[in-house]
Amino acid sequence: MVRWLLALTMIGVLSAAALVTVAQATDSQTVNSQTVNTQTVNSRVPIPFVPKGKGDVCVRDVAFMRANHMELLLHQRDATVHQGVRPKESRLNACLDCHAVAGKGGKPVSYKDPKHFCRACHDYAAVSIDCFACHNSAPTGAEVAGQ
Amino acid sequence: MNNGTKAPACDKAVSGRRGFLAGLVGAGVLSLAPGVTLYRFAEANEAGAAVTSKVRWGMLIDASKCTPGCTECVTACNDEHGLSGTGRPKTDAQWIRKVDGKNKKTGKQWSLPVMCQHCAEPPCVDVCPTGASFKRADGIVLVDKHTCIGCRYCMMACPYKARSFVHEDLENQKPYSPRGKGTVESCTLCVHRVDAGRRPACVDACEAAGHGAMIFGDINDPDSAISKRLAAYPSMAIRADLGLDPGVRYQGI
Repeated sequence: MVRWLLALTMIGVLSAAALVTVAQATDSQTVNSQTVNTQTVNSRVPIPFVPKGKGDVCVRDVAFMRANHMELLLHQRDATVHQGVRPKESRLNACLDCHAVAGKGGKPVSYKDPKHFCRACHDYAAVSIDCFACHNSAPTGAEVAGQ
Repeated sequence: MNNGTKAPACDKAVSGRRGFLAGLVGAGVLSLAPGVTLYRFAEANEAGAAVTSKVRWGMLIDASKCTPGCTECVTACNDEHGLSGTGRPKTDAQWIRKVDGKNKKTGKQWSLPVMCQHCAEPPCVDVCPTGASFKRADGIVLVDKHTCIGCRYCMMACPYKARSFVHEDLENQKPYSPRGKGTVESCTLCVHRVDAGRRPACVDACEAAGHGAMIFGDINDPDSAISKRLAAYPSMAIRADLGLDPGVRYQGI
């Protein structure tokens, strides 16, 4: 009986060690494949590189925006499409205006580019968004009201 | 939002068409003297107010002024919403098209632009299984592409063949006119312009070309140019027999 217990414990220890090895390998691979988008803290944990937007402040504070930006967009999209409410600040195009990242030649990059400010975080969090199947992902300079 | 503190600019075009809104939408207050204020109505939508059914946007198209062969309105629509440019015009979306006809007996030719007629009783809304096809309070019939599943029932239900389906991935859409693969779309009456107090692109183009065959305005407001014209001259709806009460009316056909 004692022998069996010992054997089981050994198996447990070995598999735990193997798991740790696998985890470390995955971690370093993630860092390597996303060098463009991630920076590391204490040389171990990759965190997303979030490009800085224009100006000093966003429409709400940073903590709120991190947790709730999708709620703002969802609320705004319904209010705009169904009720014609078009405030200047809390709309998708306003996000693009401030947060657009310049690519080669100073032109704002589209969602196809991993540097795009939405992708910077969404790639990291493995959250896929389909906003840009319909919406333009880069500011075009055209007024939203078509003026 | 920030309504009630600033007095936003209000141009003549806006005040002309939205005169009825005076006093109803107090978007800004201009102080003239102590105790005396002038309530200014401005772009209601920027102040955060929803559109209301007090307005019904409509269009009157004068067939006698519409010239056969002229496609200014179609081009303007394509440019405004980025509809063309794939190099395959046969499969491009079509929000407005010119329909030409001829009276065989008299030889009289006519030509008309036909687009979404923005019905008061839209069949596309009736058949939509997801509620994506809807009518705004001010009478503009739209597709909410966020909820459209691309089933195309609305395309079959529309007696005016006004709707198009997007078959392929698109890029570089206009910021004010999002369009994407797998959704149905049609004339929005240039809702982005209307919400900013402007007229649809086709109406502007028709006027710029010197035809002036299209009038846009509020058909609920008896003082609007379109209502006065409707009251003074005979006009008709296409397929009036269907009883859909379209917002787009025609004169001279």
